[in-house]
Amino acid sequence: MNLEINVTETDNQNVAYLSGEVDVYTASKLKETLTPLAEQSDKNLIVDLSGVDYIDSTGLGIFIGTLKTTEKTGNTLMLTGLNERVRRLFEITGLNEVIDIEVDNKREEA
Amino acid sequence: MTRTSDSIEMKVPAKPEYVGVVRLTVSGIANRLGYSYDDIEDIKIAVAEACTNVVNHAYNEGQEGNDMQVNFGVYEDRLELVISDQGGTIDVEKLKQERGPITENQAIEDLKEGGLGLFLIETLMDEVEIRGDSGVMIIMTKFLQRDEVEHHGYGVSKEIPEQQ
Repeated sequence: MNLEINVTETDNQNVAYLSGEVDVYTASKLKETLTPLAEQSDKNLIVDLSGVDYIDSTGLGIFIGTLKTTEKTGNTLMLTGLNERVRRLFEITGLNEVIDIEVDNKREEA
Repeated sequence: MTRTSDSIEMKVPAKPEYVGVVRLTVSGIANRLGYSYDDIEDIKIAVAEACTNVVNHAYNEGQEGNDMQVNFGVYEDRLELVISDQGGTIDVEKLKQERGPITENQAIEDLKEGGLGLFLIETLMDEVEIRGDSGVMIIMTKFLQRDEVEHHGYGVSKEIPEQQ
């Protein structure tokens, strides 16, 4: 029951790879990671949720907060790699209407 | 007519690190009862939302006896979960007003980072009751649908049912 976060930074974007569970216990760590990334100017933020098998409203709240931050700095936030369960939660809550979610998760292999 | 076959009680500190423990426990109980994978995931989220609520709102820092109590009522046809705290009286109506999903035309700066928890509990469970007389008590029920045709259009099971 933990959350692992790996971040890769390039010139114009930051990508955060999450793996594990996002709940009230791990949320603060996620927030502490995402907020400074969202605050960087001229860098779009991508959060890869491929490794996330559990998320609840605390995690969703973090993404709302991150979205607000990127709006302020003029960056974009995109979520990618959501499994069916995780995506369903974004749909139930209506968050998919306000946050960009990449549905077709076909990234180029590195 | 159903009887309680088992009753399980759990009392853990109202701390973030124990929410996952409760989640694992309810997952095990729901699995034993024969719920589908999706139902188990729904129950896990609902229970975690209720526990998260206790962790975030029930107690002031350093308050004595800051526990959350989780009762699992195991019936033949349903699982009844009661999550409660001793954090004092709350205004249930106010709590209910703050809940709800996000709508498309909501301005981003107006989005609330909380308020989704209760909405999720009510969406994911079959019956939900909230009491706020002496601390918050959330009572939630999920029915076990044994004989239901599979979701997602897999259709009728391979066995042909007996004629009535």
